[in-house]
Amino acid sequence: MTIGLGHYLAVAAILFTLGILGIFLNRKNIIVILMSIELILLSVNINLVAFSTFLGDIVGQVFALLVLTVAAAEAAIGLAVLVVYFRNRGSIAVEDVNLMKG
Amino acid sequence: MILPALFFYLFAAACVASAVMVIVSRNPVHSVLFLILAFVNAAGLFILMGAEFLGMMLIVVYVGAVAVLFLFVIMMLDVDFVELREGFIQYLPIGIVIGGIFMFELLLVVGAWVINPQVTKTITAAIPTNVSNTEALGLVLYTKYIHYFQLAGMVLLVAMIGAIVLTLRHKANVKRQNINVQNARTPEMAMAMRKVASGQGLQDADAAEWVK
Repeated sequence: MTIGLGHYLAVAAILFTLGILGIFLNRKNIIVILMSIELILLSVNINLVAFSTFLGDIVGQVFALLVLTVAAAEAAIGLAVLVVYFRNRGSIAVEDVNLMKG
Repeated sequence: MILPALFFYLFAAACVASAVMVIVSRNPVHSVLFLILAFVNAAGLFILMGAEFLGMMLIVVYVGAVAVLFLFVIMMLDVDFVELREGFIQYLPIGIVIGGIFMFELLLVVGAWVINPQVTKTITAAIPTNVSNTEALGLVLYTKYIHYFQLAGMVLLVAMIGAIVLTLRHKANVKRQNINVQNARTPEMAMAMRKVASGQGLQDADAAEWVK
């Protein structure tokens, strides 16, 4: 009944799959797509921390911290772009983003 | 020994369940709230693994900043989210197929791999046993990885400036206070004395100058 590395990797794999699935299911709603990306980054972090603690190397946690930083920056920029886009077009549906289609 | 396993299954099940709710919920506000729940449970998993600092960081950064940002944006935008739900059923089969393939591949990887015994000999910075996790992380983060740390700070700075520049706007028809112009005004600029001849009124040329 001891919890090993494999258990944590399985949880991370499930979260990653759910993130991918979320991008596919909510193709029109870009806010939920951003949330799915956050889930994917969370699963990556779980992987990094699991390997870090089970192999006894703290560099994995340093890297997880950097991933956390980039995820926060990405969310802020993504939402700012979303707000600007909504002001200009009055919609956030993904299929309305077609101005550059020619 | 049973208690950590129990907590692992509790946190893992809650994390996965709330992740499912994030992607299937009708209302994006509920999605954000379930995202918060997923992150809190992931923080629990981190603490179980012995990475307390990252667990707390996850709560501070995600629950305190990112999730609130999502909530603000959802409530600020006047979007018909029911309309955005259309096609959910239509995309369900392909999504499940691709998700299933992904899951299968990932579980194959997780199930059938072993750690190379050489790996444990090439550890860059071993976790010290006599200090807490936060201190151990700080000991390498501020010495060996200081450049990465400062680079992360720069990424956050650029993101902050970028978000401000993107969303800041000046409406043309809004009158704003300009303190420099106000302080530069003198009585001569603000007032004009006119002698108005009786019965004639103010001439147009004078009036124009006076209005200025």
